Amino acid sequence: MKVEQISIFIENKSGRLAEITRILGDAGINIRALSLADTTDFGILRLIVNDAAKARDVLKQKGFTVNMTEVVAVEVPDTPGGLSSILQVLDKQQINVEYMYAFVERCAGNAVIIFRFDETDKAITVLKSENFNILEGERLYSM
Amino acid sequence: MFFNEEFETLPRPALEALQLKRLQNVLELVCANVPFYKASFAKAGITPADVKCLDDLQRLPFTTKQNMRDSYPYDLFAAPLEEIVRIHASSGTTGKPTVVGYTRKDIETWTELMARSFVAAGAHKGDIIHNAYGYGLFTGGLGAHYGAERLGASVIPISGGNTKRQIMIMQDFGSTVLTCTPSYSLFMAEEAKAEGVDFRNLKLRVGIFGAEPWSEAMRDEIEQKLNLSAIDIYGLSEIMGPGVAIECAEAKKGLHIWEDHFIPEIIDPVSGQRLPEGERGELVVTTITKQGIPLIRYRTRDITSLTYEPCVCGRTHARIARMSGRSDDMLIIRGVNVFPSQIEAILVGIEGIEPHYMLIVDRQGTLDTLTVQVEVSEQLFSDEIKVLQALARRVEKEIKDMLGVTCTAKLVEPKTIQRSEGKAQRVTDNRKL
Repeated sequence: MKVEQISIFIENKSGRLAEITRILGDAGINIRALSLADTTDFGILRLIVNDAAKARDVLKQKGFTVNMTEVVAVEVPDTPGGLSSILQVLDKQQINVEYMYAFVERCAGNAVIIFRFDETDKAITVLKSENFNILEGERLYSM
Repeated sequence: MFFNEEFETLPRPALEALQLKRLQNVLELVCANVPFYKASFAKAGITPADVKCLDDLQRLPFTTKQNMRDSYPYDLFAAPLEEIVRIHASSGTTGKPTVVGYTRKDIETWTELMARSFVAAGAHKGDIIHNAYGYGLFTGGLGAHYGAERLGASVIPISGGNTKRQIMIMQDFGSTVLTCTPSYSLFMAEEAKAEGVDFRNLKLRVGIFGAEPWSEAMRDEIEQKLNLSAIDIYGLSEIMGPGVAIECAEAKKGLHIWEDHFIPEIIDPVSGQRLPEGERGELVVTTITKQGIPLIRYRTRDITSLTYEPCVCGRTHARIARMSGRSDDMLIIRGVNVFPSQIEAILVGIEGIEPHYMLIVDRQGTLDTLTVQVEVSEQLFSDEIKVLQALARRVEKEIKDMLGVTCTAKLVEPKTIQRSEGKAQRVTDNRKL
């Protein structure tokens, strides 16, 4: 029910993002989804890739600070109100979203929202009970 | 102009005879009252009675800051606590400060030496002394304050900070003498300019600047921007506080060290051997009249040289050159003494921080800035921005709380900070002094 996300610490210096994507490209790793959070001094690049363990290893070898986090991917129809329906359920149950990002599936045309919750297991239980479609990691990696 | 003409101009033979007598007395005192000295003299195989001339001082062992730390807080005091009327402290390298105690007579001596220093700098009764040195455990504020009162001047005990108010008071109260760190004086001049106040129109005539190293170029800049005569003052809490040595307004060439109370020597910081007159080395000071915490051959770690050449002002006391550096890694940031090891101790105390850090000292405009670069290890790293930002703020706060110095913590990627094989390079000092 959970998806492995890798996070990478990057300083706000030119060329860092290019360097990371080059390393991943050379290792044959495909990026499924990404988000970049930034401050004036540094940023955090969050990625979902087809092989998280390998991505972590190659980046660590190159001296990057990397960690793995479990996030939750929820599928919703790509129609108005899709995201809102999830957030209302979470709000009612007082589950906090630390951050989130989204992309649209190629084949099915659904939107996939990646969530980082403060209480991941509780969030999954709640979303499942409301019949939301939570994607398995494997499906996402091979999308 | 002198405050105590007799002693300030004492002919050298009489001055040296007085020094010897006082040295012998203080050696007897510490040997009797301070177990540390009793042991260190015994180890060196010397007794106070063996010191028959001033040159014999060289045979005595040094006292170091480490000795003071090991004696925390009171073990080096030569007077019982009932006789101590004041306690000051300076920041230590391991979180514990270096503690000094003064008897009533010590305070009187300090007060007189500070009054002498004010007069040497060109101040007099009737002056309005704007004392912007910090009041508190730091010796600067109270040391200058007592000396100014003894002189009969009007003291404004404004202490540091709140620059706008400082400028208003200087303007409205008609301050004629300013005492603060040299960099703060320039900062005030800039702030004043931004407020539309031209420092050159104030009544300031003399500025007495110390507690951090500065240069002749900075003196020119201060004198030009503040329209006053800028004087260098030297002191350290271990020896007394401000007023150990001061430039005379007549020559502004070297700082007279009050030799009737202190014996200066210059040593090679590596070999410990005394260096001849005029050679640059580490200043070592013996206090010969102090009662609270007399120090024998205290290694100041300040690099300077010594000259006994007669001075145009008529004072017979030797002069030390402007301090040109340190023989250890101590940094002076806005007048606050900071050892890299102190920052390391704070960082290591924060969970998950590895000692891969770098201190970058710079001078932006007129004020020193300290940036602490910390490498983000996997233990520290989080996928959440707020966690990393909280970490940076925590580093800043702990350094401020422990050391009293404001810094900016910057998180950097691993291996950003150069690894070196021998002694790690922890500091980049970009200030051009």
